Order: sequence, then structure tokens, then C-alpha cells
Amino acid sequence: MVAGVFIVALVLVAIFAPLVAPYDPFETDYDLSMLPPSLDHPAGTDVYGRDILSRIIYGSRISLAVGFTSVFVGALVGVTLGIISGFFGGFLDGLIMRTSDVLFAFPGILLAIAIVAILGPGLINVVVAVSVFSMPTFARIVRGSTLALKESLYVRAATSLGASKKRLMFVHILPGTLSGVIIYFTMRIGTSIITAASLSFLGLGAQPPTPEWGAMLAESRDYIGVADHMTIFPGIAIFLTVLFFNLFGDGLRTALDPKTK
Amino acid sequence: MIKYFLKRLFAILPVLVVVSILAFAFVHLLPGDPARMMAGEDADEATIEMLRKELGMDRPLVVQYFTYMKKLASGDLGLSLRTKLPVFDEIELRYWPTMYLAILGMTWSVIIGVLFGAVAAIYNGKWQDYTAMLVSVSGISVPQFWLGLLAIQLFSVYLGWLPVAGYTGKFSELILPSFTLGATVAAVMARFTLSAFLDVLDEEYISTARAKGVTETLVMWKHAFRNALIPVVTMVGLQFGFLLGGSVVVETVFAWPGIGRYMIEAVSVRDYPVLQALLLLYSFHFVFINLLVDMVYALINPEIRYE
Repeated sequence: MVAGVFIVALVLVAIFAPLVAPYDPFETDYDLSMLPPSLDHPAGTDVYGRDILSRIIYGSRISLAVGFTSVFVGALVGVTLGIISGFFGGFLDGLIMRTSDVLFAFPGILLAIAIVAILGPGLINVVVAVSVFSMPTFARIVRGSTLALKESLYVRAATSLGASKKRLMFVHILPGTLSGVIIYFTMRIGTSIITAASLSFLGLGAQPPTPEWGAMLAESRDYIGVADHMTIFPGIAIFLTVLFFNLFGDGLRTALDPKTK
Repeated sequence: MIKYFLKRLFAILPVLVVVSILAFAFVHLLPGDPARMMAGEDADEATIEMLRKELGMDRPLVVQYFTYMKKLASGDLGLSLRTKLPVFDEIELRYWPTMYLAILGMTWSVIIGVLFGAVAAIYNGKWQDYTAMLVSVSGISVPQFWLGLLAIQLFSVYLGWLPVAGYTGKFSELILPSFTLGATVAAVMARFTLSAFLDVLDEEYISTARAKGVTETLVMWKHAFRNALIPVVTMVGLQFGFLLGGSVVVETVFAWPGIGRYMIEAVSVRDYPVLQALLLLYSFHFVFINLLVDMVYALINPEIRYE
């Protein structure tokens, strides 16, 4: 659960970024351009003289916000669709499942690129893109649980007591599906953060001068061999964040999954 | 067996059709008017209209779709808006570099991934297990483009062992990009092999073999390993699709002249014909890869064949 501690710390840093960061991430100072790490600037400065550490700290807000929001939206829509699909079955079920199959067949990045191509660059569209490709799996997981829970005793009891369909779905069945959802949720956050960073790296996501980690790596490309610190630090940020989310998700899964007990 | 193959082949046809419709529709969802873009910014309405008629863009979408499909059958994918060269030729130039990357990346990532996973399973609980798994979780968490940049820094700039970027046909240029591309997949394969292996080890025939007095090594490698490979093989096919997607990023990092980077360029300049063709190409690939995976799985697992 070290991972959990790290995540909490990260969230705190993100929220309190203005207090934590030593410098203004947008403030340029050409005299200080491209300095290697030093006591003044622990992560060095970039080509415009901006302190990299501060940009990384502010960047955490963006990455966390984007990662979390996109998975959340994807989960919201996916879970709803999954419950509807599992509950009603029939044509609706088939329709939803076929659509999600098609979405599923594409690797996330390509789908995200396609969506951003339609909607245009920018972080909001990145969120949309990432949530779209997270949806199918949420729908699937929830549909499976719904199908199983539909036949359970307490659902039948509720039905015979006259519960409305809507009530059945959301008050009775939904809680049973949640453990699977939560596990997948945490696992997706890592992937979303990487995808969002990749999109920004390709120039399709965050636009300058936003201090997003992927965009920072893109900037660093021109200076490989000259100012390596520009590449190393934002990358470490991404890596550690995703790593700890994944470890957290793994731990969660081991704890919640009855099979591995 | 043949019957199964044919059956599956027919099953994909509707999928291919749907996919082609989607790819076609997708490009028309993009904002911007292709005719205007081709005519240039200063062109007047009349010129644009003329161009539109010439390109057949004034007909209803459905008609356009069928025209496109007909042309597709004869290998005509239209002209790139940017370079005015036939899209087919442009893609042809870039197809094989990407494929080499993908195939090489897939190959070594499978080898290393499966090895790591198998080692972790065999030495379950000992340090080899934990190291292997830590490495593979890291592998999943690393952003590919960062790995590529770091690799360039280390191997090309500082050690000078390998070329930095670009592709002129030399094998050494393939090493870094395929390594980067395959890294994530290797990690996934490792995890998957581990769980598949552990599942197999629980099976009865393993205990039987041990009871018979078969040496542990033989048990592991002859019985467990082979059977664990079955789901792994299917995984390989699925990961190949992921690899194709990842090639987009990796190609950008390494300035690789492949279709991944071509796609990004096309998106940036809204080069519709290219985008459409690439989308179709990618989707057809995925569909066929899935088919191939099904086929291989049926080959290995006789139960499926007799359905």
C-alpha cells in the first residue's frame, strides 16, 4: 500500500500546487535557459528558462484531472450502458455489445487519435477521446455482473415486492457490480494518463504553454544530448504516477477478488 | 478444418463492410471542406464548385461511398491533398518500414515476455519471480515515447552504439524503435504468461506426471509450458493490434518513415484521402489479425474445430 500513500501525496501536491511549487511555471527568464539541475532549480530549467520542477508540479494537476475525469466519464456511461444491456437483454443488449465490440477492436491510441482528429486538439477533447475508449470494457464488466445478479434471490424478492425496473437496476443491482468496476477504474487511470500524455506529445492534446508532462517531453526532443534533464524529469513523473496507480490497482484487485484469497 | 476457416471468413465480410462504412463516414465527420482545401485559400466559389464536381463530392454520401469502394477494388485510393500524389503509392512506400518494426517488435517482445513470465512461474515465490514481475509492471507503466527518448539518449548519443533515428534500410536502425515498441507488449506478455502458467500448474495432469516420477524439469518444460502457451498465442494476436497503434508514437519519436507517422501528418493537415485510406488499412488489419488468431487457436485446440 506504499502506492496508496504516494497517490495521496500526489493528489495533495496537485491540489496545493501553487503553494508547493517554488516558481511560477509560466514565468520565463531567458538568462536561465536550459540549466541542469541545481539547488535553485532541482529539475533544471527548460529552453525558455522556466523551472521544470514547478512545471512538473503544475502538470500533476492536469494529468490527474484528465486521467481521473476521462475514466470517470467512461465509467459512468459504460456502467449505465452495461446495466441496461444486461438487464433488458435482447436487441438492446445486442446493439450495445456489437458497438462496444467495434470500439474494442481498436487500440486505444488509434481511437483517441481518430476522435481528436474530428474534434480538434485540446485537453477537453483528449478527455472525451479517452473516455470513449474506456467505455466498452466497463460496459462489458457490468453487463456480466448484471446478468449474474439478475437471477439472484434478493433481486427476485424486490421484483415481487413491486420494485420499478429503474429501481431494480440502480438500487439493487448496481452495488453488486461495483467491486469489479472499482478495480478496473484504478487500472484504467494509469492507461488514461499515458494516453493523454501521448496525445499531447504528438501535439494533439495540451497546447503550449500548458505544463503538461507529455507536451514537456515533446519540447525536450529537440534538445536530446544537450539538455537531457528536460527529458528525464517529466518522464519520471509520468512513470512513477502510472506505476503507483497500477500497483495500487493490483493490490486492490488482490484484496477484492475472491478467487485469489 | 477448412470448413471452419471458410465459415469464419464469411463471418468477417459483414464486419469489413461495416468497418469500411465507418471509416468512410468518419472522414466526412471531420470539419473543413476538402474541396475548398484542395482549391486553395484564395480560390473563388466557382472554382471550388468545379473542383467539387470533378471529385464527385457533390453527390450524396451513399453514392460517394460506393464510388470509393469501386475505386478501392482497382487500387485507386485517391490523391493526397498535400502532395497530390496517389495515396496508394505513398502508403506503399511507408507500409513495410512499419511492418518490419511491428514484426520485429512482436517477435522479441514475445520471446522475452514469455521467458520472463515462465521464469516467474517456475521460480514462484523466489527472487526471480519478484524481479520479473516488478520489471513487467514497470514495463506497462512506462510511456513508450519516453522510453524511446531515453533509449536514444543512452544508446545513440552517449554510447554511440546505434543510430539516432530515421530508416535507410540498415538493420541497426531497426533495433531501438522495435525495442521501444515491444517493451509494453513484452510486459503484458510476461504477466499473462505467468498467470497462464500458474493456472496450468494447478491442473491434474501435472500432479500425475510428478507422481509418475517425471523429473521436475521435464514436467515444467514439456507439460506445463506447452499447455500454457495456448492462451498466450491468442494473446499474441491481440497484442499485435496494440503494437500497430503504438507504432504511431514510436515512429514519431524515431522519425521513422512508416504509416504511423504518416497518419499523424495526415491528421495535422487534414489530408482526407490519406486518412481514409489509412483508417481502412488499419481496420482491415485488425479484422484479419483477429481472424488469424481464431485460426491458430483452432489449430492448437482441437475442441474448437469440431463445433
